[in-house]
Amino acid sequence: MVRVVFTQNIQRHVALPETEVAGGTVREVLEAVFADSPSARSYVLDDQGALRKHMTVFVDGTMVRDRTTLAEPVGPASTVHVFQALSGG
Amino acid sequence: MSHTQPSDTLLVSTRKGLFTVKRDGGGWDVAAVDFLGDNVTLTLTDPRDGRHYAALDHGHFGVKLHRSLAGGGFEEIATPTYPEKPEGHEELDMWGRPLPWSTVRVWALAAGGADEPGTLWCGTLPGGLFKSTDHGASWQLVRSLWDHPLRQKWGGGGADLPGLHSICVDPRNARRLAIAVSTGGVWASEDGGDSWTLRGGGMRAEYMPPEQADDPIAQDVHCLVRCREAPERMWVQHHNGIFVSSDEGTSFTEIDKAGPSTFGFAVAVHPREPDTAWFVPEIKDEKRIPKDGRLVVTRTRDGGRSFDVLTEGLPQRHAYDVVYRHALALDDSGERLAIGSTTGGLWVSEDQGDRWSCVSHTLPPVYAVRFA
Repeated sequence: MVRVVFTQNIQRHVALPETEVAGGTVREVLEAVFADSPSARSYVLDDQGALRKHMTVFVDGTMVRDRTTLAEPVGPASTVHVFQALSGG
Repeated sequence: MSHTQPSDTLLVSTRKGLFTVKRDGGGWDVAAVDFLGDNVTLTLTDPRDGRHYAALDHGHFGVKLHRSLAGGGFEEIATPTYPEKPEGHEELDMWGRPLPWSTVRVWALAAGGADEPGTLWCGTLPGGLFKSTDHGASWQLVRSLWDHPLRQKWGGGGADLPGLHSICVDPRNARRLAIAVSTGGVWASEDGGDSWTLRGGGMRAEYMPPEQADDPIAQDVHCLVRCREAPERMWVQHHNGIFVSSDEGTSFTEIDKAGPSTFGFAVAVHPREPDTAWFVPEIKDEKRIPKDGRLVVTRTRDGGRSFDVLTEGLPQRHAYDVVYRHALALDDSGERLAIGSTTGGLWVSEDQGDRWSCVSHTLPPVYAVRFA
């Protein structure tokens, strides 16, 4: 199972405790989280389903570069961090 | 709900929260704060049921809409969301970048007609107009405007992306709508938004090559308002000055003198007196500060032929307050005005602007002021 950790700052809008889900890509992992927390989707993804401009995702410490399709692979024992980029101010 | 009693409540949208300001014993003071610390960009109070709507911009987490609850507080509701971009669709903004089909800012909120309970309109960056028929529980992009071939000629103005900031519903017939875009001019629909026509003849754009200066699509309208009881009268505060229309926005006449400056962002028109309107002038576009550090409001009572420069109670020394397009409010009685500024000032007048009282000069930057 993939461990998913969300930025603390999102918690006051949507409760997203650390969780474990199944998924082989970044998108599959995020969709698995949104299946349980549908209101979280619009906080992380934009209207077209891309990562919001100032959000970042790390897979085992490496920042995801494919922010549109989110197709980068995630290993079965990976950790995914969903954070805010400093660039957002 | 009466439209003639003066309002005792103001909703003040700021960079760091929504401040409810109430009149109490003759004075005005902050009575409640919601969303403290969050960026509140605009509110709407629905005159049909009294509900409040608040637009928030959470930055990293995007734009959200909230609606007031009967027992107090707010709940998050749906945010206008653009449909999936068609496969292979290529559309670049004026900077050559892909135009985002995604709500970047809520820049206009308006209630539908008295005979349309639950109908709301929402204008956004990058220019989409949305309609809700269920009090904001869901929103639909108005495709007739978004798919209009001229829409792709809209450009950036107040922001990098086109923004739809003004929505005027005709009080006589709610299927008749007028909107304004920065930049993209004035548009009208006669059929509830099913089809749209570009209006706005007579305005001029100094930032365009001379042969295109009069093109209605090129006009950077900062704010469009319409007189409630004489809806054929519209006033525009434009990037290049003040314009007035007596034919529902088909043609405009420029007002070339209005106190210290004709540049500004906001305009308000009296609900019963179409010749009476208010503006907050700034030194024109390259400076955008009050002239000589004196914050003033200008008022015409004769359709723009002459203007009063209103100063009593407003700071007249080293004041660099800018009043944005949604931060000048007039109540339904036409008597009470309020302005909020980028430097956190809030002033109220109970006599059409003759005298002002300062509610606070230490608020966060004010983006919008609305009487509730």
